[in-house]
Amino acid sequence: MSVEPNQPLPEETPRRIWFRLVPLAIALIIGGFLFAGLSLRPKEIPSVLIGKDVPIFDLPALPGRPNGLKSADLKGQVSLINVFASWCVSCRAEHPLFMKLKAQNIVPVHGLSYKDEGPAAMGWLQRYGDPYDRVGADLTGRVGIDWGVYGVPETFLINAEGRIVCKHIGPVMDRDLQEKLLPAIAALKQGGTAKC
Amino acid sequence: MLIPFLRHLITVFFVLGLAGSAGSAGAVAVDRPMDDPALEARARAIHKQLRCLVCQNQSIEDSNASLARDLRILVRDRIAMGDSDDATIRYIVERYGDWVLLRPPVKAGTILLWLGPVLFLALAVMLIIVWYRRQKAPIAAINTPLDEVEQARLKAIMGNEDRV
Repeated sequence: MSVEPNQPLPEETPRRIWFRLVPLAIALIIGGFLFAGLSLRPKEIPSVLIGKDVPIFDLPALPGRPNGLKSADLKGQVSLINVFASWCVSCRAEHPLFMKLKAQNIVPVHGLSYKDEGPAAMGWLQRYGDPYDRVGADLTGRVGIDWGVYGVPETFLINAEGRIVCKHIGPVMDRDLQEKLLPAIAALKQGGTAKC
Repeated sequence: MLIPFLRHLITVFFVLGLAGSAGSAGAVAVDRPMDDPALEARARAIHKQLRCLVCQNQSIEDSNASLARDLRILVRDRIAMGDSDDATIRYIVERYGDWVLLRPPVKAGTILLWLGPVLFLALAVMLIIVWYRRQKAPIAAINTPLDEVEQARLKAIMGNEDRV
Protein backbone atom coordinates (compact mmCIF):
# COMPACT_ATOMS: atom_id res chain seq x y z
CA MET A 1 0.00 0.00 0.00
CA SER A 2 1.58 3.22 -1.12
CA VAL A 3 0.95 6.37 0.89
CA GLU A 4 1.89 9.91 -0.06
CA PRO A 5 4.04 11.18 2.79
CA ASN A 6 3.41 14.77 1.72
CA GLN A 7 -0.35 14.69 2.13
CA PRO A 8 -1.68 18.02 3.32
CA LEU A 9 -2.06 18.12 7.06
CA PRO A 10 -5.54 18.66 8.52
CA GLU A 11 -4.67 22.22 9.68
CA GLU A 12 -4.66 23.41 6.08
CA THR A 13 -8.19 22.48 5.07
CA PRO A 14 -10.10 25.25 3.25
CA ARG A 15 -12.38 25.77 6.23
CA ARG A 16 -9.43 26.64 8.44
CA ILE A 17 -8.32 29.23 5.91
CA TRP A 18 -11.80 30.76 6.03
CA PHE A 19 -11.42 31.00 9.78
CA ARG A 20 -8.31 33.12 9.37
CA LEU A 21 -10.40 35.67 7.48
CA VAL A 22 -12.74 36.18 10.44
CA PRO A 23 -10.58 38.86 12.15
CA LEU A 24 -10.31 40.71 8.82
CA ALA A 25 -14.08 40.57 8.40
CA ILE A 26 -14.62 41.87 11.94
CA ALA A 27 -12.10 44.66 11.35
CA LEU A 28 -13.89 45.63 8.12
CA ILE A 29 -17.28 45.72 9.84
CA ILE A 30 -16.01 47.83 12.73
CA GLY A 31 -14.09 50.02 10.29
CA GLY A 32 -17.27 50.52 8.28
CA PHE A 33 -19.14 51.73 11.35
CA LEU A 34 -16.29 54.01 12.36
CA PHE A 35 -16.10 55.43 8.84
CA ALA A 36 -19.83 56.15 8.85
CA GLY A 37 -19.34 57.79 12.25
CA LEU A 38 -16.96 60.33 10.75
CA SER A 39 -19.80 62.06 8.93
CA LEU A 40 -22.27 61.92 11.82
CA ARG A 41 -22.83 65.04 13.85
CA PRO A 42 -24.12 63.92 17.21
CA LYS A 43 -24.30 67.51 18.42
CA GLU A 44 -26.94 68.24 15.81
CA ILE A 45 -30.24 66.82 16.90
CA PRO A 46 -32.64 66.61 13.96
CA SER A 47 -35.78 68.68 14.49
CA VAL A 48 -39.10 66.88 14.75
CA LEU A 49 -40.87 70.05 13.64
CA ILE A 50 -39.78 69.84 9.99
CA GLY A 51 -42.86 69.80 7.76
CA LYS A 52 -45.09 71.03 10.57
CA ASP A 53 -46.81 74.36 11.05
CA VAL A 54 -44.82 76.90 13.01
CA PRO A 55 -45.69 76.81 16.71
CA ILE A 56 -48.43 79.15 17.89
CA PHE A 57 -46.79 82.14 19.54
CA ASP A 58 -47.06 85.89 19.89
CA LEU A 59 -43.97 87.73 21.06
CA PRO A 60 -43.66 91.43 21.86
CA ALA A 61 -41.20 93.67 20.05
CA LEU A 62 -37.87 94.70 21.55
CA PRO A 63 -38.12 97.97 23.48
CA GLY A 64 -37.77 100.89 21.06
CA ARG A 65 -38.21 98.74 17.99
CA PRO A 66 -41.46 98.24 16.06
CA ASN A 67 -42.82 94.85 14.91
CA GLY A 68 -43.01 91.97 17.31
CA LEU A 69 -43.29 88.47 15.92
CA LYS A 70 -46.23 86.07 15.92
CA SER A 71 -47.25 82.92 14.06
CA ALA A 72 -49.51 84.81 11.65
CA ASP A 73 -46.56 86.93 10.46
CA LEU A 74 -45.00 83.81 8.99
CA LYS A 75 -47.80 83.09 6.55
CA GLY A 76 -47.98 84.45 3.01
CA GLN A 77 -44.32 84.45 2.07
CA VAL A 78 -41.11 82.48 2.38
CA SER A 79 -39.06 83.68 5.33
CA LEU A 80 -36.15 82.88 7.59
CA ILE A 81 -36.26 82.92 11.39
CA ASN A 82 -32.94 83.50 13.08
CA VAL A 83 -32.68 82.71 16.79
CA PHE A 84 -30.08 85.05 18.26
CA ALA A 85 -28.88 86.62 21.48
CA SER A 86 -26.43 89.34 22.39
CA TRP A 87 -24.66 86.90 24.74
CA CYS A 88 -24.11 84.44 21.90
CA VAL A 89 -20.64 84.62 20.41
CA SER A 90 -21.22 82.60 17.27
CA CYS A 91 -24.23 84.79 16.45
CA ARG A 92 -21.72 87.52 15.73
CA ALA A 93 -19.97 85.23 13.23
CA GLU A 94 -23.09 84.73 11.13
CA HIS A 95 -24.45 88.25 11.54
CA PRO A 96 -22.72 89.88 8.53
CA LEU A 97 -24.28 87.23 6.32
CA PHE A 98 -27.77 88.23 7.41
CA MET A 99 -26.87 91.88 6.84
CA LYS A 100 -25.87 90.93 3.29
CA LEU A 101 -29.06 88.95 2.84
CA LYS A 102 -31.08 91.99 3.90
CA ALA A 103 -29.19 94.22 1.45
CA GLN A 104 -29.89 91.76 -1.36
CA ASN A 105 -33.56 91.68 -0.38
CA ILE A 106 -33.96 88.01 -1.26
CA VAL A 107 -36.05 86.91 1.66
CA PRO A 108 -37.31 88.55 4.86
CA VAL A 109 -35.34 87.51 7.92
CA HIS A 110 -37.13 87.64 11.25
CA GLY A 111 -35.32 87.51 14.55
CA LEU A 112 -36.15 85.59 17.69
CA SER A 113 -34.30 87.31 20.52
CA TYR A 114 -33.67 84.33 22.77
CA LYS A 115 -33.42 84.82 26.54
CA ASP A 116 -31.96 88.26 26.25
CA GLU A 117 -32.67 91.53 28.06
CA GLY A 118 -34.34 94.03 25.73
CA PRO A 119 -31.70 96.77 26.06
CA ALA A 120 -28.85 94.28 25.58
CA ALA A 121 -30.45 92.93 22.41
CA MET A 122 -31.13 96.45 21.12
CA GLY A 123 -27.57 97.53 21.87
CA TRP A 124 -26.26 94.53 20.00
CA LEU A 125 -28.42 95.31 16.95
CA GLN A 126 -27.31 98.93 16.99
CA ARG A 127 -23.68 97.90 17.17
CA TYR A 128 -23.60 95.15 14.56
CA GLY A 129 -26.57 96.17 12.41
CA ASP A 130 -30.20 95.14 12.32
CA PRO A 131 -30.92 92.71 9.46
CA TYR A 132 -34.34 91.74 10.75
CA ASP A 133 -37.79 92.52 9.47
CA ARG A 134 -39.56 91.62 12.70
CA VAL A 135 -38.04 90.64 16.04
CA GLY A 136 -39.87 88.83 18.82
CA ALA A 137 -38.43 89.07 22.32
CA ASP A 138 -38.52 85.68 24.03
CA LEU A 139 -37.40 86.57 27.53
CA THR A 140 -38.08 83.24 29.22
CA GLY A 141 -37.09 81.00 26.34
CA ARG A 142 -40.53 79.33 26.33
CA VAL A 143 -41.20 80.13 22.69
CA GLY A 144 -37.70 78.86 21.95
CA ILE A 145 -38.69 75.55 23.54
CA ASP A 146 -41.83 75.47 21.37
CA TRP A 147 -39.54 75.80 18.36
CA GLY A 148 -37.29 73.03 19.68
CA VAL A 149 -34.39 75.46 20.13
CA TYR A 150 -31.56 74.01 22.18
CA GLY A 151 -28.75 76.41 21.42
CA VAL A 152 -28.19 79.71 19.72
CA PRO A 153 -27.85 80.47 16.88
CA GLU A 154 -30.41 78.42 15.03
CA THR A 155 -32.10 79.35 11.78
CA PHE A 156 -35.39 78.08 10.38
CA LEU A 157 -36.66 78.28 6.82
CA ILE A 158 -40.43 78.78 6.64
CA ASN A 159 -42.50 78.31 3.48
CA ALA A 160 -45.36 80.55 2.38
CA GLU A 161 -47.93 78.33 4.12
CA GLY A 162 -46.17 78.91 7.41
CA ARG A 163 -44.62 75.47 7.66
CA ILE A 164 -41.08 74.76 8.86
CA VAL A 165 -39.04 73.50 5.91
CA CYS A 166 -35.63 73.20 7.46
CA LYS A 167 -33.55 74.03 10.47
CA HIS A 168 -29.92 75.03 10.51
CA ILE A 169 -28.14 74.46 13.81
CA GLY A 170 -25.21 76.70 14.65
CA PRO A 171 -23.97 79.77 12.77
CA VAL A 172 -24.97 80.03 9.11
CA MET A 173 -21.76 80.24 7.11
CA ASP A 174 -21.45 81.38 3.51
CA ARG A 175 -21.31 77.80 2.33
CA ASP A 176 -24.53 76.87 4.16
CA LEU A 177 -26.24 79.84 2.57
CA GLN A 178 -25.00 79.12 -0.95
CA GLU A 179 -25.42 75.37 -0.94
CA LYS A 180 -28.35 74.83 1.37
CA LEU A 181 -30.53 77.82 2.15
CA LEU A 182 -30.50 79.87 -1.06
CA PRO A 183 -31.36 76.94 -3.38
CA ALA A 184 -34.15 75.93 -1.01
CA ILE A 185 -35.47 79.49 -0.85
CA ALA A 186 -35.41 79.73 -4.66
CA ALA A 187 -37.34 76.45 -4.98
CA LEU A 188 -39.93 77.51 -2.41
CA LYS A 189 -40.43 80.87 -4.06
CA GLN A 190 -41.25 79.14 -7.32
CA GLY A 191 -43.93 77.22 -5.50
CA GLY A 192 -41.92 74.02 -5.32
CA THR A 193 -40.85 71.99 -2.35
CA ALA A 194 -37.43 71.94 -0.74
CA LYS A 195 -35.50 69.79 1.64
CA CYS A 196 -32.32 70.62 3.47
CA MET B 1 4.90 75.82 38.43
CA LEU B 2 3.61 78.08 35.70
CA ILE B 3 1.35 75.55 34.04
CA PRO B 4 -0.83 74.76 37.08
CA PHE B 5 -1.18 78.48 37.65
CA LEU B 6 -2.29 79.06 34.06
CA ARG B 7 -4.72 76.18 34.32
CA HIS B 8 -6.19 77.78 37.41
CA LEU B 9 -6.49 81.09 35.64
CA ILE B 10 -8.30 79.48 32.71
CA THR B 11 -10.73 77.77 35.08
CA VAL B 12 -11.46 81.05 36.79
CA PHE B 13 -12.11 82.79 33.46
CA PHE B 14 -14.28 79.90 32.33
CA VAL B 15 -16.41 79.98 35.47
CA LEU B 16 -16.71 83.75 35.27
CA GLY B 17 -17.76 83.46 31.64
CA LEU B 18 -20.46 80.93 32.47
CA ALA B 19 -21.72 82.98 35.37
CA GLY B 20 -21.81 86.01 33.11
CA SER B 21 -23.84 84.31 30.42
CA ALA B 22 -26.24 82.84 32.97
CA GLY B 23 -26.73 86.25 34.54
CA SER B 24 -27.51 87.95 31.27
CA ALA B 25 -29.99 85.28 30.29
CA GLY B 26 -32.87 87.15 31.87
CA ALA B 27 -33.67 84.95 34.84
CA VAL B 28 -37.43 85.29 35.06
CA ALA B 29 -38.60 81.93 36.36
CA VAL B 30 -36.91 80.27 39.31
CA ASP B 31 -35.78 76.66 39.46
CA ARG B 32 -37.05 75.67 42.90
CA PRO B 33 -38.96 72.65 44.21
CA MET B 34 -42.74 72.68 44.12
CA ASP B 35 -44.64 73.23 47.36
CA ASP B 36 -46.44 69.90 47.20
CA PRO B 37 -43.86 67.13 47.85
CA ALA B 38 -45.94 64.58 45.91
CA LEU B 39 -46.00 66.79 42.81
CA GLU B 40 -42.31 67.57 43.22
CA ALA B 41 -41.54 63.85 43.38
CA ARG B 42 -43.38 63.36 40.09
CA ALA B 43 -41.51 66.28 38.53
CA ARG B 44 -38.17 64.89 39.71
CA ALA B 45 -38.97 61.46 38.30
CA ILE B 46 -39.68 63.08 34.91
CA HIS B 47 -36.53 65.22 35.10
CA LYS B 48 -34.50 62.03 35.45
CA GLN B 49 -36.00 60.56 32.28
CA LEU B 50 -35.29 63.54 30.07
CA ARG B 51 -31.97 64.03 28.38
CA CYS B 52 -30.28 67.41 28.44
CA LEU B 53 -29.94 68.66 24.87
CA VAL B 54 -26.84 70.68 25.63
CA CYS B 55 -24.74 68.19 27.60
CA GLN B 56 -26.31 65.21 25.82
CA ASN B 57 -25.39 62.47 28.28
CA GLN B 58 -26.86 63.98 31.40
CA SER B 59 -30.47 64.12 32.42
CA ILE B 60 -31.99 67.56 32.88
CA GLU B 61 -32.03 66.71 36.60
CA ASP B 62 -28.23 66.53 36.64
CA SER B 63 -27.38 69.25 34.18
CA ASN B 64 -26.44 72.82 34.97
CA ALA B 65 -27.17 74.02 31.45
CA SER B 66 -29.57 76.92 31.21
CA LEU B 67 -31.89 75.00 28.88
CA ALA B 68 -32.01 72.10 31.35
CA ARG B 69 -33.07 74.57 34.01
CA ASP B 70 -35.80 75.95 31.72
CA LEU B 71 -37.03 72.45 31.00
CA ARG B 72 -37.12 71.59 34.71
CA ILE B 73 -39.30 74.63 35.29
CA LEU B 74 -41.46 73.73 32.28
CA VAL B 75 -42.03 70.19 33.63
CA ARG B 76 -43.06 71.62 37.02
CA ASP B 77 -45.40 74.08 35.30
CA ARG B 78 -47.07 71.34 33.26
CA ILE B 79 -47.57 69.21 36.38
CA ALA B 80 -48.90 72.17 38.32
CA MET B 81 -51.37 72.73 35.45
CA GLY B 82 -52.66 69.21 36.02
CA ASP B 83 -50.91 67.37 33.19
CA SER B 84 -50.27 63.67 33.68
CA ASP B 85 -46.69 62.38 33.63
CA ASP B 86 -47.20 60.95 30.13
CA ALA B 87 -48.70 64.17 28.83
CA THR B 88 -45.80 66.18 30.25
CA ILE B 89 -43.24 63.93 28.62
CA ARG B 90 -45.20 63.98 25.36
CA TYR B 91 -45.22 67.79 25.45
CA ILE B 92 -41.42 67.83 25.44
CA VAL B 93 -41.05 64.97 22.94
CA GLU B 94 -43.33 66.88 20.52
CA ARG B 95 -40.76 69.67 20.52
CA TYR B 96 -37.45 67.85 20.76
CA GLY B 97 -38.22 64.35 19.50
CA ASP B 98 -37.54 60.92 20.96
CA TRP B 99 -33.96 62.05 21.31
CA VAL B 100 -34.75 63.67 24.68
CA LEU B 101 -35.82 60.37 26.17
CA LEU B 102 -32.96 58.69 27.99
CA ARG B 103 -34.88 55.43 27.54
CA PRO B 104 -35.67 55.14 23.82
CA PRO B 105 -39.20 53.89 23.01
CA VAL B 106 -39.63 50.47 21.37
CA LYS B 107 -40.48 51.21 17.72
CA ALA B 108 -39.68 49.83 14.29
CA GLY B 109 -36.60 52.05 14.14
CA THR B 110 -35.29 51.08 17.56
CA ILE B 111 -36.16 47.38 17.62
CA LEU B 112 -32.60 46.39 16.69
CA LEU B 113 -31.30 48.49 19.55
CA TRP B 114 -33.55 46.69 22.02
CA LEU B 115 -33.09 43.19 20.62
CA GLY B 116 -29.38 43.65 19.82
CA PRO B 117 -28.08 42.43 23.20
CA VAL B 118 -30.33 39.34 23.10
CA LEU B 119 -29.22 38.57 19.52
CA PHE B 120 -25.56 38.93 20.43
CA LEU B 121 -26.03 36.71 23.49
CA ALA B 122 -27.72 34.04 21.36
CA LEU B 123 -24.89 34.24 18.82
CA ALA B 124 -22.30 33.91 21.58
CA VAL B 125 -24.06 30.85 23.07
CA MET B 126 -24.21 29.25 19.62
CA LEU B 127 -20.51 29.86 19.01
CA ILE B 128 -19.60 28.44 22.41
CA ILE B 129 -21.64 25.28 21.71
CA VAL B 130 -19.99 24.83 18.30
CA TRP B 131 -16.56 25.40 19.76
CA TYR B 132 -17.22 22.99 22.63
CA ARG B 133 -18.31 20.22 20.25
CA ARG B 134 -15.20 20.75 18.12
CA GLN B 135 -12.96 20.50 21.15
CA LYS B 136 -14.46 17.10 22.04
CA ALA B 137 -13.88 15.55 18.61
CA PRO B 138 -10.03 15.32 18.67
CA ILE B 139 -10.13 13.67 22.12
CA ALA B 140 -12.34 10.93 20.71
CA ALA B 141 -9.90 10.56 17.83
CA ILE B 142 -6.97 10.05 20.21
CA ASN B 143 -8.73 7.23 22.03
CA THR B 144 -9.50 5.23 18.92
CA PRO B 145 -6.61 3.15 17.53
CA LEU B 146 -5.11 4.06 14.14
CA ASP B 147 -6.72 2.47 11.14
CA GLU B 148 -4.75 0.75 8.39
CA VAL B 149 -4.22 3.82 6.25
CA GLU B 150 -3.04 5.83 9.21
CA GLN B 151 -0.71 3.09 10.31
CA ALA B 152 0.76 2.87 6.84
CA ARG B 153 1.27 6.60 6.78
CA LEU B 154 2.88 6.56 10.19
CA LYS B 155 5.19 3.82 9.02
CA ALA B 156 6.15 5.82 5.96
CA ILE B 157 6.95 8.88 8.06
CA MET B 158 8.90 6.91 10.62
CA GLY B 159 10.68 5.07 7.79
CA ASN B 160 11.77 8.38 6.34
CA GLU B 161 13.10 9.42 9.68
CA ASP B 162 15.08 6.19 10.03
CA ARG B 163 16.90 7.01 6.83
CA VAL B 164 18.04 10.41 8.03
